[in-house]
Amino acid sequence: MYIIIIGGGKVGYYLTKNLINKDHEILLIEKDKNRYARLSEELTEVVYRGDGCEASTLETIGCSRADMVIAVTGDDEDNLVICQLAKFRFNVPKTIARVNNPRNEDTFKMLGIDTTVSATSIILALLEQEMATPEVIPLLVLQKGKFEIVDVTLGKDSPAVDQAVKNLNMPEDSIILVVVKSKEEVIIPKGETVLHSGDSIIALIRGGNERLFRKVFLGDDKTV
Amino acid sequence: MTNNRLHIIIVGSGRLGARLATSLSAEGHFVYVVDKNSDSFLRLGPQFKGHIICGTGIDEDILKEAGVERADVLLALTNGDNTNVMVGQIASKKFKVPRVIARIYDPKREQVFRLLGLETICTTILMSEIVKDAIINGYQIDEEKILKACTLSLLAGEK
Repeated sequence: MYIIIIGGGKVGYYLTKNLINKDHEILLIEKDKNRYARLSEELTEVVYRGDGCEASTLETIGCSRADMVIAVTGDDEDNLVICQLAKFRFNVPKTIARVNNPRNEDTFKMLGIDTTVSATSIILALLEQEMATPEVIPLLVLQKGKFEIVDVTLGKDSPAVDQAVKNLNMPEDSIILVVVKSKEEVIIPKGETVLHSGDSIIALIRGGNERLFRKVFLGDDKTV
Repeated sequence: MTNNRLHIIIVGSGRLGARLATSLSAEGHFVYVVDKNSDSFLRLGPQFKGHIICGTGIDEDILKEAGVERADVLLALTNGDNTNVMVGQIASKKFKVPRVIARIYDPKREQVFRLLGLETICTTILMSEIVKDAIINGYQIDEEKILKACTLSLLAGEK
């Protein structure tokens, strides 16, 4: 595969080194003179000096034959423009953008960027799991948002405590996949399985049903 | 165009943004200026009667503070092409602002975003063509004449 990485900071640098070892054709683009000099000392012709936001630079480096463009500069707006140029002007099949502000992730998806990665979001999700506050934590988004796998821990005030799974008023098209009991015991629930305070429920729900799902297990009507 | 008072958001209080903001505010429109550097608001001058919001236009909360949900016009006039492109698209695609114009310096980038549906103005192209024409064909630069020739409503015979 021909992969273009734009942004020679730490993320771009380690990404490049990692991918070279996996036998792909890689080109790292960096516009700063000094940074480029340091990078090219080690990486030689794998680095190219230029501004990845300029269509002419992307043209010169053969962006139209790239399989993937990965934008990992420090600025969200630059990463957005790079990926949009790559996708809409150069027809690159796959674009990945680093997003610093988690709020921009939805915006990027709306503007046609296939994949976004926000370190902040990932860390926030980990923190939420660590803090075990009563929230519905999204673990995985499937089918571009049509379905989600979520994790919710039952507090003692949860309306689902001491209820059998079959008696829960679950939203349509949702299913409990796994119940993690407090003692690290993991079970696949049946209709008769009774839930207890401290249980972690991992469920598959339809995108958009987060509020209804939340009501069943956490009791209030706040939007997720 | 009737004499309706428009809710106009200008992102970027540089020379262009500040000049437009002051002029539009003087004509009675409701102008909201966004800039991430509060010093830039000094360019607005004492006659400016609109609102100023310190922050970046790519942040939806800032745009909401500027009333993007009810704005008639949003002008993205920062000196960063990418910021203007991003702000312009957020305003038009997410908040459905009826009229969005983004200033873009790089002609090639401008081409792509115009194709993607953004209304853009590339001062680089305009200026280079005007100057080239003046020097090659031996005309003195006469800004009044150029304005008369460029103003779209004048060209359409509306004024």
